[in-house]
Amino acid sequence: MSEPLSSIFISTLLANNLVLAMFLGLCPFLGVSARLNTALPMGAASTFVMLVASLCAFGLNWLVTTFNLEFLRLISYIVIIASAVQLVEMVLKKYSPVLFRALGIYLPLITTNCAVLGVALFQTARDYDFLQSVTFAVAGGAGFTLALLLMAGLRERLNLAIVPNVVQGTALSLMLAGLLSLAFMGFAGLGAGE
Amino acid sequence: MIPGQKQLSNLEELLEGIWKQNPVFVMVLGMCPVLAVSVSAVNALSMGLATLFVLLGSTLLVSLLRNVVPREVRIATYILIIATFVTVVDYLIQAISLAVYDALGAFIQLIVVNCVILGRAEAHASKNPPGRALLNALGMGVGFAIGLFAIGAVREILGAGKLFGFALFGPDFQPWVIMVLPPGGFFVLGAWLLLFNWLNSRKAAPVKPVEGHAHV
Repeated sequence: MSEPLSSIFISTLLANNLVLAMFLGLCPFLGVSARLNTALPMGAASTFVMLVASLCAFGLNWLVTTFNLEFLRLISYIVIIASAVQLVEMVLKKYSPVLFRALGIYLPLITTNCAVLGVALFQTARDYDFLQSVTFAVAGGAGFTLALLLMAGLRERLNLAIVPNVVQGTALSLMLAGLLSLAFMGFAGLGAGE
Repeated sequence: MIPGQKQLSNLEELLEGIWKQNPVFVMVLGMCPVLAVSVSAVNALSMGLATLFVLLGSTLLVSLLRNVVPREVRIATYILIIATFVTVVDYLIQAISLAVYDALGAFIQLIVVNCVILGRAEAHASKNPPGRALLNALGMGVGFAIGLFAIGAVREILGAGKLFGFALFGPDFQPWVIMVLPPGGFFVLGAWLLLFNWLNSRKAAPVKPVEGHAHV
C-alpha cells in the first residue's frame, strides 16, 4: 500500500491522533499535562525519541526480516527506544537542568510511552517505506504534542473553576480527554482512514 | 509498595491488587490497552488474560533474578524479560485464535510498555521472594483483567447492545455508537472512577455534605 505522504501526515496528526483516537501515550498525557510550560518540552522530547525510534526500527525491521529473526523484532525495538531515551536524558541534563528536573520521572518513562513503541510497531504493521515511516513518526509526535498542549491549556483553565470534590483528579481529566477525543472525531475522513 | 510497611498476610497480598490497589481503578496504570481494546467484553477479557500471563511470567523471573541483576541495568533487564514473555504470548494468541489476534492487533505487543507490569517488577518482584511476588502479581493481574472487563462490558452493552456477542435488548434498541468509539473509552473509565471516588468519599465522610468544600 502506498499512501501519499500528505495523507499520512494529516491522518496521523488529526483524524487518527495517537493519543485521542488510538489511546497511545496516555500516561504522560494525563501525568504531564497539568501545566503548559512542561507540556511543550515533553512533547518535543517524545517527538524526538519517536523519530529516532522510527528510524532505527526501520533499519532493524529490515535486518530481522532479512535474517528471518522476526521473533526478535519486539525485543530489539524496545532496546533501541530505551537507548534513545537515555540519550535525550543525558542531553537535557547537560543543557537544560531546569527542564530536566521539571520533567522528572516522566522523562525515563518515555521508554514505556506506548506512543513511541506504537509508532515503531504500526509502521512495521503497515509496511511503510522509509519516507512514509519518517512522516508517520513526525506526524505522530506532532499529534501527541498537540493533544498534550490542548489538554494542558484546558487543565490550567480548570484550576480556576469550582468543581465538586468527587470529580477532582483523574476522573475529570478523563472526561475532558473524552470531550477532546469527541472533538477530534470531527476530523474523521481527513486523510486516509484506518 | 511503601518501604517499611508492615508485612501483609498472604490473602491480603493477593487481595491488594484486586481491590485496594486495583491497577485500573485506583492506580490508573496501563491505560493504553485498557481503553484501546475494551470495545467488547471478549477483547477485554483476552487482553486481561494475556497481560496476566506476562505479569506472572516476568514477575517470577524478576523475583528469581533479584539478587543477580545489578541495580544500574535493572530497568533494561526487566524490560527485556517482559518483552520476551510478550513475544511468547503474541505467538500463543496467534496460534489459539486468529480472530482475537486480529482484533487486538499491535496492542498485544504493546503489553511490553504496560506500566502495570514494569511497575510490579520494580516495586514488588525485585524485593520479594518468588512465592509472595507471584501472589501479588496474580492479584494485580486479576484486578487488571476485572477492570478491563468492567470497561469492556459497559462499552459493549451501551455501544452495541450486546454482551459477549449476544444481543441483550430487543430489535428496537438504538445502540449508543459513541461508546464503542474512542471517546466512549474515556467516558466509561471516567465514569467508573467517578463512581469509586463517590463511594470512597461517602465512606470517608459519612456526615459531611460533599459539595460543601470545593477546592479552589
